Amino acid sequence: MTTTRPELLRVEGITKAYPGVVANADGSFAISEGEIHALLGENGAGKSTMVKMIYGLVRPDSGTMTFRGSAYQPAKPAEARRSGVAMVFQHFSLFEALNVAENVALGMENPPQMRELAARIRAVSEEYGLPLDPSRMVGDLSAGERQRVEIIRCLLQDPKLLIMDEPTSVLTPQEVEILFRTLRQLSSEGTAILYISHKLEEIKSLCDEATILRRGRVVATCTPRERTAREMAELMVGATLKTPERRQGVKGEVALGVSDLSVASPIPFGTSLKGISFTVAKGEVLGIAGVAGNGQDELLLALSGELRSSADKVRIAGQPVGDLGPVDRRKAGLVAAPEDRYGHAAAPDMSLVENAFLTAGVRKGLTKNGFVDWAGTRRFAEEIIKAYDVRTPGPDVAARALSGGNLQKFLMGRELMQGASVIVINQPTWGVDAAAAAAIRQSILDRAGEGAAVVVISQDLDELLEVSDSFAVLNEGRLTRPRTVEGLTMDEIGLMMGGAHGMEVAHHAG
Amino acid sequence: MLRLEKRPTPSRFWLYATPPVAVILTMIAGGILFALMGKNPVEVIRTIFWDPLFGEFAFYLRGQLLVKAGPLILIAIGLALGFRAGIWNIGAEGQYIMGAVIGASVGLAVFPTESRWIFPAMVIAGAFGGWAWAMIPAILKTRFNTNEILVSLMLVYVAETILAKAATGFLKNPEGMGFPGSRNFSSYPAAQNAFLYEPLGLHWGGVAAFVTAILAYILLTRHQAGFQIKLAGQAPRAARFHGVSPARLVVMCMGISGALAGMAGLFEVTGPAGQITIDFNTGYGFTAIIVAFLGRLNPLGIVLAGFIMALTYVGGEMASTSLGLPDAAIQVFQGMLLFFLLAVDVLTNYRFRLAVGAH
Repeated sequence: MTTTRPELLRVEGITKAYPGVVANADGSFAISEGEIHALLGENGAGKSTMVKMIYGLVRPDSGTMTFRGSAYQPAKPAEARRSGVAMVFQHFSLFEALNVAENVALGMENPPQMRELAARIRAVSEEYGLPLDPSRMVGDLSAGERQRVEIIRCLLQDPKLLIMDEPTSVLTPQEVEILFRTLRQLSSEGTAILYISHKLEEIKSLCDEATILRRGRVVATCTPRERTAREMAELMVGATLKTPERRQGVKGEVALGVSDLSVASPIPFGTSLKGISFTVAKGEVLGIAGVAGNGQDELLLALSGELRSSADKVRIAGQPVGDLGPVDRRKAGLVAAPEDRYGHAAAPDMSLVENAFLTAGVRKGLTKNGFVDWAGTRRFAEEIIKAYDVRTPGPDVAARALSGGNLQKFLMGRELMQGASVIVINQPTWGVDAAAAAAIRQSILDRAGEGAAVVVISQDLDELLEVSDSFAVLNEGRLTRPRTVEGLTMDEIGLMMGGAHGMEVAHHAG
Repeated sequence: MLRLEKRPTPSRFWLYATPPVAVILTMIAGGILFALMGKNPVEVIRTIFWDPLFGEFAFYLRGQLLVKAGPLILIAIGLALGFRAGIWNIGAEGQYIMGAVIGASVGLAVFPTESRWIFPAMVIAGAFGGWAWAMIPAILKTRFNTNEILVSLMLVYVAETILAKAATGFLKNPEGMGFPGSRNFSSYPAAQNAFLYEPLGLHWGGVAAFVTAILAYILLTRHQAGFQIKLAGQAPRAARFHGVSPARLVVMCMGISGALAGMAGLFEVTGPAGQITIDFNTGYGFTAIIVAFLGRLNPLGIVLAGFIMALTYVGGEMASTSLGLPDAAIQVFQGMLLFFLLAVDVLTNYRFRLAVGAH
């Protein structure tokens, strides 16, 4: 059906090099009006740079673009928007202390009167089945609702091409359905959508065409409906993929016990934890799902020891540790890996050696009388680099010089190689390519097979179902009762996650 | 159009090139300033940078370099530890004064007893005075989340008031015929910080500065506390994840910098200054901030920076006496150094790119 539609955007021979790395080499593809086109690739494949060039954030070194039949070379996003290109970023740029309408107005060149804008927001949100109250404070919105603000901000500009960067990572399954209905409606009205994702099932159900990038080059174009997810994944990776194997470990006694844990969030607009209780046995993997911002960060802080409670709320092998800090909890056998790599799990400006010391100092015995054993730390860093295939010139480079996926591999290795009895990980494979993600999941299962109790907090349901023995959902700071993964259906999970936050009827009404 | 672009990794070249480039830029801009004031810029710059080392009075002035550099280095190293951790103690001048007042009080209280324990006791009391004065902003910060920059800075003026009271009141020399100022330590050997080797200007303060520089260097490169200081400054959340208590770090860094500033004050008042007077302090506590940054917050760099800054002091005095340059001009000149340093420092983490025009 794409052949019958007029061409909207053609990208030809686009090349962009950064010092030391070619982000895009001779990339070409085309999108027709009303087409939903997937841009597929691993981390670092050049997807983001490609769309940034289309959106005018990055200027290509060479190559041409044609938009609606005329040459197109936006020098800045405002020019791209004037031409009819809009973009929803993976990370929202919203002010939490302002309301929806004010946030939308900030993104516009000539914002109308607030009252008129609010009316237009209401109209657009009803038309596209994305209910949103313009007067609500953004700080009080869920991640899915924040995304709606961004989408409506784009739709108000009446775009011809809407770029979406990994839009479903923050949504519940029901919310994903609603988003897809909106996107299909836009498509039927002639708006083309350039959809970046690495979730292959989604792409199969939504997209008309796909361009697959690998290491900056376009390696294939295909029609996703006609391919299997596995075929596309292998095109992305350029190799065959292994599914993680689970070694059936014997479940032992309880290694981590949390009972009625309630703590206030230290994060502005954060979510306080309310009466969290669960236990994880030796050899067990507990998967905790939930939409971002429902207390995941706080739960990790409360388990790592950055956020303290009374002693008996958290127990490691029966020992109360709730009132202990991170150092003492590591001594007791618990390691934790926070989600945010740059600035929380790692110090971006420090070397990998220093970052290895950051958490491994205690358990690997890397200090003597307060003095750091840098030679030993370097050896440990080199072991991680080797075992987790971290692509880096060496252990002395700054953490921020590594790509997100590579740094994540290093940080996962750092925690998983400490021989801990309890492992807590928030978003183990966020932003990591498919092959590396599989390797990380495999080593999580290996640690569990060796008898470690593992808690995996993730927004990727497929990942949780792959690694977990039991499953619970964090919703507004409360944890559902954990249940075994076997026999769980997506619908049940969706309901555990709080459905679509009261908007199941959105599309039926419209 | 020029555009700043973040470097993937900090430039090692600019890390080391920044201080000399800043010194040269300061000479040029300072020269223009002096020229506008109707002085011969080449002569002024030569008087400041050349004459103290190789000029007619160099035999005396060279010794003066260490006399000035010692307290600057001692204070700057303490400040640098805090600055590395993102703790901004701007009130070293106040801690310096309080160290001098408390330390001198201990000595004067036992006058005229002679014992070799008196001077060490005064040094400890001086360090305590500076430490205690720094604990005020530290505790206010950890308890009530006040801003340590403002509190420590304002406490400088409180300390100056106390100093004035000391000089005209409780520490006033009873045999001073009514003149303000304490007894002179040069006539009280047990409490005097005499030169150990006069041609180099070496007294106990200089020794303390060198020892502190070495200890601080070891602390920062080899010790866990040094790692935590750097970590807290670069990535506060990662520091909490590592297990650093922010409050304990504030108390530790403020405490160390306060104690070192207090010691510097004591060495000064019992040595080169000789007595507590209303204005024995000469702004070392503030100038040390420049020294800390000029030395790249690195203890060994600070030693070098301390001598460069001492040169501008000694040479500046020369310029004001022999060329009639006002003191304020010298202070502007020293301030320029920090200005250019911070400006050039941008190049360590960023580089200039020639951006193609917008169309």
